[in-house]
Amino acid sequence: MMGARAKQLSPADLRPRAKALRDAGGRLQFAYAWSPDGAAPEVRYVSAIPRQHEFEMWIVPGHRELPSLTPALPLIGWYEREMMDLYGVTFVGHPEPYPLVLHARGRSDIKGNGLNGLTNGRPRLPDIDAADVQHLPFGPIRADVLESAEFTFLYVGEHIIHYHPRLFFKHRGMEKSFEGADAQRGAVIAERVSAVGSVAHALAYCEAVERAAGCEAPPRAKALRMLLAELERLYNHLHYLGHLCHTTTLKVGEAQGKLLEETAKQLNARLTGSRFLRGVLTPGGLRRDLNPGKWLGDALESLREDYVVYAAKLELSESHLDRLITTGLLPEKVAFDQGATGPVERASGLDRDLRRDHPYAGYSDLPLTVTVLKEGDAYARERVRMAEIEASFILCQRILLLLEPGPARVECRPAPSTEGLGWAEGPRGSLFYAVHFGADGRLARVKIKSPSFSNWRAFPFTVHDSNMMDYAINEASFGLTVAGCDR
Amino acid sequence: MASWTLFGLARGKATTSWPGAGAKDGQEGVLGMPRYDAEACREGCQECAAVCPTGAIQTRESELALDYGRCVVCQLCTEACPTGAMTPSNDWAFGVWDRQDLNLSDPGTRRDRPIGPESAFRRSLHIRHVDAGSCNGCESELQALNNPFYNLHRLGIFFTPSPRFADLLLVTGVVTNVMYEPLQAAYEAMPEPRWVMAVGTCAVSGGIAGGNYVCRTGLEGVLPVDVYLPGCPPNPAAIMAALLMFLDRAPQRVKGGRIDG
Repeated sequence: MMGARAKQLSPADLRPRAKALRDAGGRLQFAYAWSPDGAAPEVRYVSAIPRQHEFEMWIVPGHRELPSLTPALPLIGWYEREMMDLYGVTFVGHPEPYPLVLHARGRSDIKGNGLNGLTNGRPRLPDIDAADVQHLPFGPIRADVLESAEFTFLYVGEHIIHYHPRLFFKHRGMEKSFEGADAQRGAVIAERVSAVGSVAHALAYCEAVERAAGCEAPPRAKALRMLLAELERLYNHLHYLGHLCHTTTLKVGEAQGKLLEETAKQLNARLTGSRFLRGVLTPGGLRRDLNPGKWLGDALESLREDYVVYAAKLELSESHLDRLITTGLLPEKVAFDQGATGPVERASGLDRDLRRDHPYAGYSDLPLTVTVLKEGDAYARERVRMAEIEASFILCQRILLLLEPGPARVECRPAPSTEGLGWAEGPRGSLFYAVHFGADGRLARVKIKSPSFSNWRAFPFTVHDSNMMDYAINEASFGLTVAGCDR
Repeated sequence: MASWTLFGLARGKATTSWPGAGAKDGQEGVLGMPRYDAEACREGCQECAAVCPTGAIQTRESELALDYGRCVVCQLCTEACPTGAMTPSNDWAFGVWDRQDLNLSDPGTRRDRPIGPESAFRRSLHIRHVDAGSCNGCESELQALNNPFYNLHRLGIFFTPSPRFADLLLVTGVVTNVMYEPLQAAYEAMPEPRWVMAVGTCAVSGGIAGGNYVCRTGLEGVLPVDVYLPGCPPNPAAIMAALLMFLDRAPQRVKGGRIDG
């Protein structure tokens, strides 16, 4: 596959490979299945090797039963369960072989239609038979304007013994929605997988298609794509700070954070016509050239000045910091093993960022700082995002300064039966698109690996054995989306 | 905390008085539904219909049929159109009572306000929001309504945690099969009189994923809808305008698919 070094493996190779990857300090990024020409599914695993720009892809064609890699590499657990649900592949030795995305009531092959009665995986809870333990199912419709998901708490008094998030109420079959679309329409669909990650999704998708087609976006398009990606990071992280203040009941801090987010979204609209920066990216470059002009640089500088005052005040607000420090601890080993990504993993001591480690768009030409903290608590997750806000302001100004005139689009037509891998470091972490074009030149399979899919898996480890009063703060500090996870 | 109070006071008022006269709606540059000029259209050309990802544009007997209830505002048609018949616009205030008004058609004589709340409700509205399978775009904009710029509370409109206190069920998302039952339960829990607003193109008609193996086509055939607001997502001002229209405090601007037409 273009974008990754592919190796064909037999099922017997998988476990030794997984062990070798782990021993070398490498990490699986995601896994997926697809059925070329309706044949038995082919399973693919994508991994990152330390100090190697190119990803590695293991391809295991034509098996309905494979050994589970979850015992050796826990982060792959949800991917295997998803493949069991959607492609009917059995992973032998999986520690949690239960439905996750869909429970098809006796059918695990979703290729057909008429699947009423499908439901998402029911929670498997520990068998606790003690009168004092309270059982609280919460959701899927929760208080406030929130995305749908159901959380089950087993608790005694304030103390949470066990926590289980039941997701995929919002599984919309977005990957399936790509099938049959042409390359250009695919970008519109990618923008609608997770609205607050519209640019990251479109960027990873477009680069995947461009690798499949063997073309490259022109320099101006690359620069403007990075500008949009950093603007996306800005409004997301500003929202994050406002929402975190909401959970620590710092009212003016909440209002100010959300006002800064609104200012950023209004800049987005002025630049692109969309508050979510949609409708600009397309395979081959940009759908239309953007002319940021001097106003954008000035507006960003004014926003930065407001942000600096705000951030300094947050750092002096003891009531806010008291609620964050030591809350929701995610140890480095758990973060690594369970696949935490983005600001969450960087706050737990993992020094990873796709922009630097596997440069895409034009990030190798930019002065990128990656902030990593050791503490692994909610406060570290806040500070990593604060540092990323400052870095994004600098990157935006640098991109505007260096922006040169030139074409913003090249012809990009992937040949039939081609495939490509694309990736982006979104505001919430690593995002991958694997695209396959069919013999008709249209999309035959698109796999989306979203950052929230990874972080939702890691999150419960910070909730077990914590307390109720910290829960909302901890959840906010992870900055999760449900739409991205459920797709 | 005193320092935050002083900080807040020193920053002054951030809230717009929109839709008051002369105030900013905050949507400078926001692109809305494409406009169609039949005069400029070339017969037999189907470029726009071919690129539309949701089938909002159909050709019927050599004429174009546009359904803004299906439009995801992607602008592909405005780029594909060779004659300038399909142009980008800032028309986003697309809240309507009658689904028919989202179809480009003769404005006709449909009622403006069929079954809205009595005057007693108009000064205070309590909304229960349900995400029935969205991309989080509509939620992001609904959450923005309570930021200091829009400050929805000033209009007497509130989100309530329980459907039992709610007058209006505001639904976003395509309605996945799994969310169908919780959505029905929320509606059943509401006291009468109760109303339903479909916010976002997914809730109106299904959007991109509508009708696939896990999705319905929005609220079609799921709940009786009183107000439709397509958009992808509708911006906060569009949501405010639709809520005020529901309360009979603002006019419906779209008739027969044309704004202020």
